[in-house]
Order: sequence, then structure tokens, then C-alpha cells
Amino acid sequence: MSSTTLIGQPTSRVDGAIKVTGAATYAGEFVVPGLAYGYVVNSPIAKGRITQVHSAEVLALPGVLAVFSHENRLPLPDDDNCYMDQLAPGGSPFRPLFDATIKFNMQPVALVVAETYELARYAAAVLRLDYEQEPHQTDLSKQRGAAFKAPHQANGFYDYPPSRGLPEQAWASATHRVAGDYAHPTQHHNPMETFATTVEWRGDGQLTVYDKTQGTFNSQQYICNVFNLKKENVQVHSYFVGGAFGLALRPNYQVPLAVMAALALKRSVRVTLTRQQMFSLSYRPLALQHVKLGTNPDGSLATLHHEALQATSQFEPYAETVTHWSGVLYRCDNVKLEHLLAPLDVMTPVSMRAPGPTSGLFALEVALDELAYETGLDPVELRLRSYADRNGLMDKPFSSKKLRECYQQAAARFGWAQRNPEPRSMRHGDLLVGWGMASGVWDSSQAEAGAQATLTADGKLTVVNGVNGDIGTGTATVICQIAAETLGLPLSAVTFRQGESTMPAAPVQGASWTAGSVGTAVQKVCRQLREQLLTLAQQLPDSPWRQAGPSEIEFTDGKLGLLGQPETQISFSEVLRAHRLPHLEAEVTASPDAKRQQQYSVNVHNAVFVEVQVDPVIGTVRVTRLVEGVAAGRILNPKTARNQVLGGMVWGIGAALMEETVMDHRFGRFMNHSLAEYHLPVNADIRELEVIFVEEEDDIVNPLGAKGVGEIGILGVSAAIANAVYHATGRRLRELPITRDKLL
Amino acid sequence: MHPFSYSSVNDAAAAVREQATHSHSTFIAGGTNLLDLMKENVARPAHLIGLNQLPLAFVEDTPEGGLRLGALATNANTAYHPEVEKRYPLLSQAILSGATAQLRNMATNGGNLMQRTRCYYFYDLTTPCNKREPGSGCSALGGFNRIHAILGASEQCIATHPSDMCVALTALDALVCVQGPQGERVLPFADFHRLPGSTPHQDNNLKPGELITALELPKQGFAQHYHYLKIRDRASYAFALVSIAAVLELDGDTITEARVALGGVAHKPWRERAAEELLIGQPTTEATFTKAASYLLRGARGYGHNDFKIELAKRGIVRALQQAAAEPRGPRALPWA
Amino acid sequence: MNDDQDSPSTGQSTLPAASEITAAPAAFGKYRAPTRAAFGLTSPVETSSVHLTINGQPREFHLAPWTTLLDALRLYAGLMGTKKGCDHGQCGACTVLVNGTRINSCLTLAVMQQGQQITTIEGLGTATSLSALQQAFIDHDAFQCGYCTPGQICSAQGLLYEGKAHTEDEIREQMSGNLCRCGAYVNILAAVKEVVDAQTA
Repeated sequence: MSSTTLIGQPTSRVDGAIKVTGAATYAGEFVVPGLAYGYVVNSPIAKGRITQVHSAEVLALPGVLAVFSHENRLPLPDDDNCYMDQLAPGGSPFRPLFDATIKFNMQPVALVVAETYELARYAAAVLRLDYEQEPHQTDLSKQRGAAFKAPHQANGFYDYPPSRGLPEQAWASATHRVAGDYAHPTQHHNPMETFATTVEWRGDGQLTVYDKTQGTFNSQQYICNVFNLKKENVQVHSYFVGGAFGLALRPNYQVPLAVMAALALKRSVRVTLTRQQMFSLSYRPLALQHVKLGTNPDGSLATLHHEALQATSQFEPYAETVTHWSGVLYRCDNVKLEHLLAPLDVMTPVSMRAPGPTSGLFALEVALDELAYETGLDPVELRLRSYADRNGLMDKPFSSKKLRECYQQAAARFGWAQRNPEPRSMRHGDLLVGWGMASGVWDSSQAEAGAQATLTADGKLTVVNGVNGDIGTGTATVICQIAAETLGLPLSAVTFRQGESTMPAAPVQGASWTAGSVGTAVQKVCRQLREQLLTLAQQLPDSPWRQAGPSEIEFTDGKLGLLGQPETQISFSEVLRAHRLPHLEAEVTASPDAKRQQQYSVNVHNAVFVEVQVDPVIGTVRVTRLVEGVAAGRILNPKTARNQVLGGMVWGIGAALMEETVMDHRFGRFMNHSLAEYHLPVNADIRELEVIFVEEEDDIVNPLGAKGVGEIGILGVSAAIANAVYHATGRRLRELPITRDKLL
Repeated sequence: MHPFSYSSVNDAAAAVREQATHSHSTFIAGGTNLLDLMKENVARPAHLIGLNQLPLAFVEDTPEGGLRLGALATNANTAYHPEVEKRYPLLSQAILSGATAQLRNMATNGGNLMQRTRCYYFYDLTTPCNKREPGSGCSALGGFNRIHAILGASEQCIATHPSDMCVALTALDALVCVQGPQGERVLPFADFHRLPGSTPHQDNNLKPGELITALELPKQGFAQHYHYLKIRDRASYAFALVSIAAVLELDGDTITEARVALGGVAHKPWRERAAEELLIGQPTTEATFTKAASYLLRGARGYGHNDFKIELAKRGIVRALQQAAAEPRGPRALPWA
Repeated sequence: MNDDQDSPSTGQSTLPAASEITAAPAAFGKYRAPTRAAFGLTSPVETSSVHLTINGQPREFHLAPWTTLLDALRLYAGLMGTKKGCDHGQCGACTVLVNGTRINSCLTLAVMQQGQQITTIEGLGTATSLSALQQAFIDHDAFQCGYCTPGQICSAQGLLYEGKAHTEDEIREQMSGNLCRCGAYVNILAAVKEVVDAQTA
């Protein structure tokens, strides 16, 4: 046993000092010799063809090196499979600069490369292209007729039966009923760092690609497939990622554009997108929904209907789990779920923080609040009457579930019992006060990951995994905690190296699974080092540990010895030196115990309680207090985990009150494509946020027992705010964001 | 951004001369909006004349008992200037409700007047815009016009002026001092900005080559009863959907003088003396304020997404006047209170 | 501050005028890029010498006027600590101190800062000698991805110099020029408040 207890401690980030001193280097910041700058030109039309590219005019500018367009691009394969990254949802992935076809507004149509950034920017601004425009359709409400069933399996999820029980009969005979239409708008991720790729041309066809990615290996595979390159010639590096939230799961177009330019020019090239161009990338798609709920006489759910229509592109059927969770979160025998996609002349959407339930549970959780008023039950009590002990969608038991405790602890902390359910009954001076709550669920899983570890004779441990650079989750910190605790080292003796495609494999960083997946591999590799150390120690002459079994040995503070007998300790360094070994090494792959995991539904849950203050005259809504209870298995580091949940809450506040990308259908173009007009919450929007972790013991999800907290924080927040606004004002709003025009 | 040359000058006369020697030249001071527009290729000056060396960063008393604000004084230095805080707290409040600490540290008083609209279509070269490209059409009409004008718009343009500071300056009857090839002149603030009419590409009535040198505040500062109410889509760092500068002089509960100016609703800060006259001699009641608000908005028109701004402006006016009528406030009242 | 725009000649665009545009796309035809008359293709102008004192070090650069202070720091001085999040003064990631005053370095030209004292995140502290704010940001976990962090810290340093923010609400407002998409605002507030309190104590 190791006696250090680092896992679960609120350790400060191991990369904190690097970040606060400006030393963290992001993809678009690597200084490489002979760098040329690429600047992307985007389409001003939503559909049609490019008829001419007037490249010669800008090529005449001294310092402009090249203009790449479909007319002069490098040879590209005409096989969809070559463009399928690990998260491609099928269909026919977008191929930048492949041909003259315009498929969406702001599509990249050319890359201008110049000696300086300013010159590339200018040349891109004056590059003229002519187009033949065709009528486009970007209005989801007008494309219902073209909708088709969302292919969940192609998107990496499970398909589920469209209904269970007798939902129509149950609706007809329900004691209380509510039904409504809900809309969750288009939203853009807008990480603070815009997308960037620096391609270092190392000569002889050798590339080092510094990429902003949530998947080092995904980028590498994509580049190799698109440009027919060998993996050994393409190294992808990612050390720090300035936020991603799902947008870096799939390679964005700056990756192939930068690589193409480097290959063609045989020199290093960087392509950085502007903030405006960030709105040409993928996004969370608009979701139009209909929810119907009916109760049994005891207030439990007799039936639940949830239909969703979502936008996707004409070329890829991106589908997320909008309606799944309505079949999971509550016990209900008669359920009807339907998720349709309609193709539009737009870019394909992509996962954005808790993709699916963010939209879907907004609708369900607001509908439940309506049902609470219809039945006269407290919203928490209503939910408890349909508390699910099994995942009804998959018909499996939960591996662990402490949602009930989340309700209880967060409600107690919030003071929910003091709530007068009557709308407009609570006041703070002239302001209306509203209390609302909602709940959320996300799944948890483990993916295969590798890890390599080296213990050197000076007692230092280096652990290596190729997971992309930190996206803000604090991966390196929890990995160091796991490694230090497992091997019995102080935290300061452990270094985690990450972010290179030559390192042991990692899955793409999404779905809140990195800590559990990579962490498990790291734990496993450190256990191997322990075994090696013990074996070596036992081979030493006069070893007091010779007869000891593993459970009788304690690894602590860089030493091993008999449990409770400090005088028998020997340092790792001494063991290695005695054997004249410069270091010990181990490498493992950790795979999930799929057979065991498949028997269970592994989920994280939360319960969210919100106070809003509403100015009844001018419609200002402020979220003054938010308490969230989270059950996510074991919390590896409460400091970084809390921060992630806080971030989710801020996202929920943004979604509830301000975030929406607005399309002008006449142009088929998003019009508020800037951070001045796409509103993210600012510091002044955020007041008291409180996180309560309800720990669960769960040895099903992974050996660490960690379920991940990257997604759960946002869930329930926007619905709880909408419910609180109803409580404050008596206005039931089923469409986000809740801007003041909807309250006047 | 298009290429341009740059020169820096040391006094206003030199600036005016420099402008005459370069075609397509533009003055630059804080640069917070001009560089933004240049990066969007909306503004494409061939030459920039840097003004930051001009000795116009002063805030000084006028012989008439007012205050002169140099065109080069930053918004932050103006808002936090003790004399402004004490004598013109409305102006402090309005400035501090705009932009951010960083931007207010850069933006100058003169530049604040020169801000251009934040209309999405004006900023996006792929869409028609009469302000950017006369004769091309107004995309905001029939488009996404949540932030657009409800007063004084034309079929050519429904853009709004985005400034907060200018709304307070309008209410305070400030003067704009300019210097140009024909010498110096003074414009009443109300005559500085223009309505779009058929010439929406012209934001203001400056003549070619003219430079703002100072703003002059008359003696009367309404330091007792004032309020700047900014209504926006988030708690800070957002342009006004509607803003209201309201100041009152009271004799007991009776209004002896009133000014109301609106921001975010028109191509220029909006003010009508007739509405203010309705308040004179009246008690500080909601009914009084509502009457004036209704009068101010009588000609308002929505274009779809911004219809709500008419009712919002009415309610905002009443709220701002109520706040102004309430107990005198400290000179540093928080803009978000 | 006359805004004597280079007004493009009219009628070059073949985009339909708004009055002709209906909600249902119709009448789309050729889209011609604006012609030279509208854009005026010219060669970039000459560079000139720009002197800046960056983090106490006098530096000389040869820059064209169109180089922003932000790009001068990142691309010409090699100081990547100052971040570009929007390049339009809409996020605060590029915040630096000029003569101790916080500004958005993306919205000023390097030539406009001739002779000024520039302080970037690299000048506030180092890994072995962290400033009070840098330490507080680590202690309070006031960041996640770290991309907005240099701007947040420079902004907070400016806030301390300004001395206008003391209460939580004042700090929230005065730090609202720095977006954090990871959503670490609660922790940023705690970190800044700790240092503000320590300085006023």
C-alpha cells in the first residue's frame, strides 16, 4: 500500500506557473525558422460555385508567396474515407479547396500565403473571387419535410427503440398533462484561442504539426490520409490548447490548409483563424423540440414524449443525443422518443460541451417544472416520484447513482425548503425573486489508452501519454497525482509529458473520459514499476523484504519497506543503484473491462438550484445564486474538478440568458460573428456559484472510480434558470436565450 | 487591413495641414474603433495622422464656469477626473458604463464622438450596406435588426450610434470645438451627429479636414439629480440596447428643469425639448414621467427584431427619471447599480 | 478625428439590394467580387524604426505602420505571452500595460506607442519569482486552459494601479473586459480580491 494520499486532494495545477507567466505555448505560437503566414479567404455566399479566382493580382504583391484554391491545390484523394477522422459521422466530409462547389457561407475558398502576417491578411482581403450563386436553404423550420431519422450509431452512440410501453394510450389516460414546444438556439464554442496550426517543414517531407486539437492522433491520421503521407513523416504536437469544448475534436480546415501550403512551398507555414472565422466552423445546432408529459394518479410519470428536430449539413448527418436522456433520467414505462435531422446549406455541427442533453434536457426539465405546477407537487418531489433506479432506455442497472443525495444536499444548501411555489410571490426590494431547479445526466466511459513510465536513479518519475495538451481540464495535474500516489512519490518528483503523436496512444479528449482513461493507464504502468522495484529489492542480499508479499510492502515518499516498519525502508534510488540500473521503464495499454461495463449504465448526475432576480420593468435577469450537486464517482482533484463544474455553470448561465448565433437566411450567413455581438458571460454576470460533490464509489466505470466532470456542470442550469424566471415572473419561456425582449 | 502610411503631429494646426497634404487620410487617436474597422476592411485610409502628441489631453475650467474636456483626454481620465465626478457625475456614469477599463484607457473624448455604428451588416463586407457602400441597400431592413434604430431612421439606414458618453453630452448641452482648414468653430452637440436620411454614409456634420479639439460643458451640471441607465444584453461590456441620460432640477417635488437623452435608439443621441417641457412644473410622479416618455417615443417604429425597444425605451425613461428624482446620489454612483 | 473614409464607388456589387431580398432566397445570380476601384490594390508601405521599452528592456524594431502593438509583441519581439483572442478589443486577452495603464494591445499600432514603456505578462514575474497576482491565480485556480490568463493578470495589475475597485462588485465590473470562456470567473474574482485586500490592508 502506498501511504501518500494525493488522489482526491485539491492540489494546485502542476502547469499553473507556466500558464500565469505566459510561458505556455499554444499551437499558433511555435517559433520555427523560415515561417510563412497563411490567411484564409471565406465564401461570401452560401451555395453555388466559384467561377474564377483572380490570384494573379495578389501574387503580384511583393512578399506574397502563393494563393491556394481549388484551381491549383495539391492532389487530393477523391475518396470520402480519406477525410473521415475518428469522429466523422459518416456522409461525405467537407474537403477544403477540393473543388469549386460552395456548400456553406464562410466556407474556406482560398489560402493566401505571404512572408508576413500583415501582408497575408491584406492579400486575403483583396483577393477577388467570382461566384455563380444558387438558392440556399438555411432555415430549419422550412426543412421539416426533408428530415430523416438521426443516425445515432454512425455518430458513436447507441440507437434505441423509438418507444417503450404504450405512450399514446398513457397520454390519453394521464392524470395531469403538459405539452409544449421548445427551442435551443445555435451556439458557437468560441474558445478564447482561435484555431491555429503551425506546420514546421523539417526538410525531406518531414513535418512537425503544432495543432490546436483534442486528438493528437486524430489529427495525425487525418493529415496522413488526406495527403497520403506516412505516419513516421508527420508528427503532431499539442502542448497547450486554449479552450476547445468539442470544437477541436475533428480537424478543422486550417489543418489541411496549413499542411498543403507547407508541402507545396516546402517551408514552414502557420495558419491562424480570426475570431470572425471561428463562426465558419462547427457549432451546436439549433434544436426544435416538442415534449409531452403525463402523470399517474400518484404524480409519477405515466408517459414521456420527446421529439427533436435538429439541423445538420447537406453532407454529413451529425447527430447528438438530444432525446436519449429523456429515456434515462426518470422512471417511466411509456416513452416515445424521436430525433430527426434536416439537412441545410451550412457547415456540419459538432459536439459542444455536453452535446445533446444541453439542448434536450433544457426542454425536458422545463416541461417537468410545468408539470410540477400542473400537479401541485414540489419540483424536487415530482422528480423523486419518478426516480430511476435503472436506465430505462438501455434496460440496465446503474453502476452507481447518488442523484437523490444531490437533490437533498444541494436543496439543503440552497434553502429550497423556504420556497413559496407561487409565481411572483418572492421579492427583493422592487425585484422579483425566482427559485428554480433542474437535473441532469451524462454518461461516463473509459476508452483504451496507453502509458509509458520511466523511473530514473535520481528518484524522478516521468510518465508519458500522447493525449493532446491541456484544454483546461487539468489532466496533467491529476495524472501526476495518480502516478505519485500509485508509486509512492512526492508530487514534485513526477513529470507528465503529453501531446506528441509518437507517445503512447490516447483517445480524443471528449466525453469527460480522459482522466478515467489515461489515468487508468498511468495507474497501471506505475503499478508495474512497483512490481519491478519490489522484485529488484527482493533480489538484494540480506533483503528484509524477500519473503514479503505485495500487500505487506509500503511505497511512500520514494521508498519502499515493510508496512509500518520504517527502519526497513530503502529508497527507489538505492534499489536502482544497487542493480546499476540508470532507470526502470514500463509501458502498458489499459483497456476498459467492456464485458463487465456493458452490464451497467454508467452515468454522472447533477441537481441544480438557482436563484434569479428579475427587474419586472425593464426585464433584466440576474442569476444571483446557483448551487449544484454533482455525483460523478470519485473526484480526483476537487480544486480542478470544481473549476470545471463552475465553468459548466457559467456556460449554462450564458446559454440561458445571452448566447445565440443568429442566421440571416437571406444570405445564409451568421451575422453576429464577433465577440462583441455573440455574447459570452463576463465577470459581472457571475455571482455566487457553489459546487457540492456527492462522491460515489464505483469500480465499474474504471479502476480509478472517476466518472469525469467535463460535461455535467452545464446540464440543468439553463432549465433551472428558465424555471426560476417562471417562478419570479409567471412567464413560461420555452425558447433560449431568455433575453429581456421576451420578458417585457 | 490595407496598407497605409503614418505620420505623427504635435499640434492641431499641423494635424489639419497634414490632412490636407494626404489624400484619403484619417486622424487616429485612441484607435479603438478605427483599427477595428480597418481590420474588417470597412475603413481603408491611405494615411493615418497620429494625434496622441497633441496637447489636448486637458480637463480645465472655462471662464463661464463650465469645463473644457480636451479631445485627447482619455475616457477614463475624464470619467475619473475629480471635477467631472463632482460637477458632471452624469458624464462619469455614462462613460463608465461603456466598453471596458482597458478600452476607456485608450479611447479619447474626440474619438468617442467619431465612433461608427455597430450594425452587423455595416461590419460585414459581404452584405449590402448604404452606410458602407452608398446605394447598395440596407440589409438590416428585413434582416436581423435587434440592435437597430426605432427613431429617426430612414429607408436607407436604420443603424444606431453606439456611444454612451455622447448621450450624456447631449443631455448636458455640450459644445463641440473643432478646428479645420477654415479655422475654428463650435457646434452645439445636438448638431454634431446626423440622422441618416439619404446620406447614411455621413455620420456627422464635420467638414472635410476638420478636427475635434475639445468638448465644452456649460456650467449647469445637474449634479444633484441625474441618472444614466444603460440597458444591455449582459451585465457589462455590451453596447446599449437602449440607454437613457436623465437629469432634473427640482424645487421640492416639482420639476423646474429636465433633460432626457436616449442612446441606442437612433443614428444619433436622441433628444426632444418638447418632451422635456412636458415635465416642467410637474410633480416627480410616474404619471408625469410616463407622459414624457410616451411623447418622446410617439414617432418610434420597430423593424421586427427591435420592436421591443419601443416599450423598453418608454419604461427605461420612466425608470431613469425616477432614479434621477430620488435622493441625491454620490458623485461616483456605480453605472450598474 | 475626421473620418474621411475612402468611400468606395457605388454600384460595384451585384448583390441584390435589401429591398429586393426576400426571406426565401430567389433571384440569386452572379456574385462578383468588388473591383479594384473599390479596393485600391496598393503595395505595402515602408517600415520605420519603432522604439519600445518592453519589460524594462529598450528594443528597436523596423515595422510597417500596419503592425499592431499586439503583433509587434508576438511576431516581432517573440513575446508570445500576450494572447490574441479576437484582435478587435472584444475579449481582453491581449491586455498589456503601457506606462502602467492597461490597454488592449490589439487596438493600437506599434508606431503609435513610440518610446513607451510596455509591460507584458513576461515582465510581471517568472516561474521562480511569481507576482502576488500570479501566485493568487494559481492558489485560487483562477484559470483552466490558460489562454485568457496573461490578459486577466495584466488587467488585474492595471486594476490595482488604478485603485478604483475594492468591493466584489467593483472588481467584477472592472475585470469584465477580460472574457474567460472556461468560466473561471468566481476564482478570478477570489484571486484578484485577495491581492486587492492585501494591498489595502
